[in-house]
Amino acid sequence: MNPSSAPIDFRTNTQRVPRQIVTSVRKATTRFLGTRAGVVGQVENWEELREAGHNIRLHAINHLDHYLEQMERRVTEAGGHVHWASTAAEAREIVLSIARQHQAKSVVKAKSMATEEIGLNHFLEAAGIRALETDLGEYIVQMAGTGPSHIIVPAVHLTKEDIADLFSEKLHMDAPADPIRLAEIARQKLRQEFIAADMGISGANFLVAETGTVVMVTNEGNGRMCTTLPRVHVAVAGIDKIVPDWESLTVLLKLLARSATGQKITTYTSFITGPRRSAAEHGPQEFHLVLLDNGRSPALRDPLTRETLLCIRCGACLNVCPVYNHVGGHAYGWVYSGPIGSLLSPQLLGTKLAGDLPFASSLCGACGDICPVKLPIPQILLHLRRRVSEGDEIEPARSSRFARWGARVGAGVLTRPWLYRLTGSVLKLVQVPFRHDGWLAALPPPLNRWTMSRPLPAFNARFRGWWSQHQSTVKRS
Amino acid sequence: MTLANSKPQEFDRNMAAKVQLFITCLAEQFFPGVLERMVELLERLDVQVEFPEEQTCCGQPFFNSGFQSEARQVARKWLDIFARTEGFIVSPSGSCVDLVRHHYPELFPAGTPEHARALEVTSRVREFSEFLVKELHVTDLEARFPHKVTYHASCHLLRGLGVSEEPKTLLKNVRGLELVPLEGEQTCCGFGGVFSVIYPEVSRSMMEDKIRAIEASGAEAVVACDAGCLMNIAGGMRKAGSRLKALHLIEVLTAGQ
Repeated sequence: MNPSSAPIDFRTNTQRVPRQIVTSVRKATTRFLGTRAGVVGQVENWEELREAGHNIRLHAINHLDHYLEQMERRVTEAGGHVHWASTAAEAREIVLSIARQHQAKSVVKAKSMATEEIGLNHFLEAAGIRALETDLGEYIVQMAGTGPSHIIVPAVHLTKEDIADLFSEKLHMDAPADPIRLAEIARQKLRQEFIAADMGISGANFLVAETGTVVMVTNEGNGRMCTTLPRVHVAVAGIDKIVPDWESLTVLLKLLARSATGQKITTYTSFITGPRRSAAEHGPQEFHLVLLDNGRSPALRDPLTRETLLCIRCGACLNVCPVYNHVGGHAYGWVYSGPIGSLLSPQLLGTKLAGDLPFASSLCGACGDICPVKLPIPQILLHLRRRVSEGDEIEPARSSRFARWGARVGAGVLTRPWLYRLTGSVLKLVQVPFRHDGWLAALPPPLNRWTMSRPLPAFNARFRGWWSQHQSTVKRS
Repeated sequence: MTLANSKPQEFDRNMAAKVQLFITCLAEQFFPGVLERMVELLERLDVQVEFPEEQTCCGQPFFNSGFQSEARQVARKWLDIFARTEGFIVSPSGSCVDLVRHHYPELFPAGTPEHARALEVTSRVREFSEFLVKELHVTDLEARFPHKVTYHASCHLLRGLGVSEEPKTLLKNVRGLELVPLEGEQTCCGFGGVFSVIYPEVSRSMMEDKIRAIEASGAEAVVACDAGCLMNIAGGMRKAGSRLKALHLIEVLTAGQ
């Protein structure tokens, strides 16, 4: 899913969401939230843990330069290579040149949002290199030709029947709608791919600066296959993934697994520090770490948006978001969806392309309450709305002239009490032809944006009259 | 505590004896009955009610749509008006209280006199159920409402102000009322202010879910403490031809009086 030059049109996207996708998404998010609540309930000091997680992440982000340099030194000392990519294009070129050096023809990939973000698969394919996703969910969405619709469960929008149909069509077989059988089919196909691959590409859940270690949490074991079997391992990670040390890491791992899948710990937690030390060791002969900026540094400049980079990509804000649950991930138009997508996309792609997204929230606040690292999501959404409507030092205003004019007129009315009262009286009069039984069922634009979904109670500003009468009655008695 | 013995000096009489009505634009335009019952109820509790007539709207539509300079103008006006008053400032809408109390101060740079004034004035603002239970220490209004009702937790009241039990406590003491649980009580109804007109389809879909849950609860009415949620839910019920009602807490607390 590559962002084209066309702006993301969230409203149009939401109008195209099939009902069945909403059902699948809801089923999965309800299950995740249920198991999450169970394991979180068992942690006595969960709130303290969240606070600690927040502080650790904030410290890391505030000292990013220091820890990134430390990370680079430690990876190099361990025999690995570190590359700095300031844009998606640079990151893609770096990965391609590593692949070319090794004459790699086929690549196996572990699940990675960073490589989704830079559109790596299509780029490698165009250069004649086959890149195969090996995480089951990613394997499915790659086969379907779409991007992930959830940060941690890429194929959450599909049912087992959808997947069986997809496998039957693409793998030329008769696949049953049985999750265990489907996983078996994928496993058999993938096993040959792991063995044949020239290069493995992964992301990183965390980068531990203290030792130069890439941390990867998975449940399927495919990640380890990708990072140990091929001769070369390339990890692509956003610069925000850094944590100072192992002590900090333990706090974040506790928060991540519980918030994401409701597990105390994921099935596999892999720690990768450089390539193998000797021929007798497992692991790749060469290890590369690509540190991806791609819009993260500008986000750092603003003290409020900076906190976006605290995110540890658990997906809990998606699961709890009523908007996400009604539209699914693809409506957000890019790889990141849900509340965190509404923060990341406008910052990484710019408000010209993703200016719709900060408004794709009812500001109910459930995301901020569930976030394991206490990211103030609603406040940052509001901050980005300001950026879109008024512009700031990062980006110019993107709001329509009509919206700006409307805001100015509105404020003019509301700061003049007489004019506000007059407007109330006028509305009471002009509504008469539309009024029926105390309701306004259909109103002209722009108020039709409300009445297209439900009628509006009739305007009925009578309280001031009641109040003066009430006052005189009280005084008389 | 019941109405009969709620009057003695168990609260700060100076502060609670007089309140300023903060009626909010939505309640003024669409729910005048709620405001009228609110005045009568407070007066029944021996609270002196004043109404600063210059008030208009708190500016939330501007604030939430990113027009901060317009929001600041409206906030400044609101603060001018309420700074001249004394006592608690009481409102029947959780969302407006949350905006005023938690976001007005951020509209003015810290350290400025306007910021200090915003902090000082807005610290007196209370949502209605919060005011009754926490400031007046009244939990029983001796109301009678022999119906099965359920409660919808408005987002900003719940997450912004941390008010979750006060409305339910008040409801439980209503004679004849049976309070039944609502599945997804804390899930947004889809109003979201400007959200409901920017993305009307998603908003409707969320609202329809809420109404389905209310129907499934077996209640005859849903009670909430926010004009925004109520106009959304009541409108949705009307569109669906539902016989259920969406009521403000005040309407239930003044029933049978």
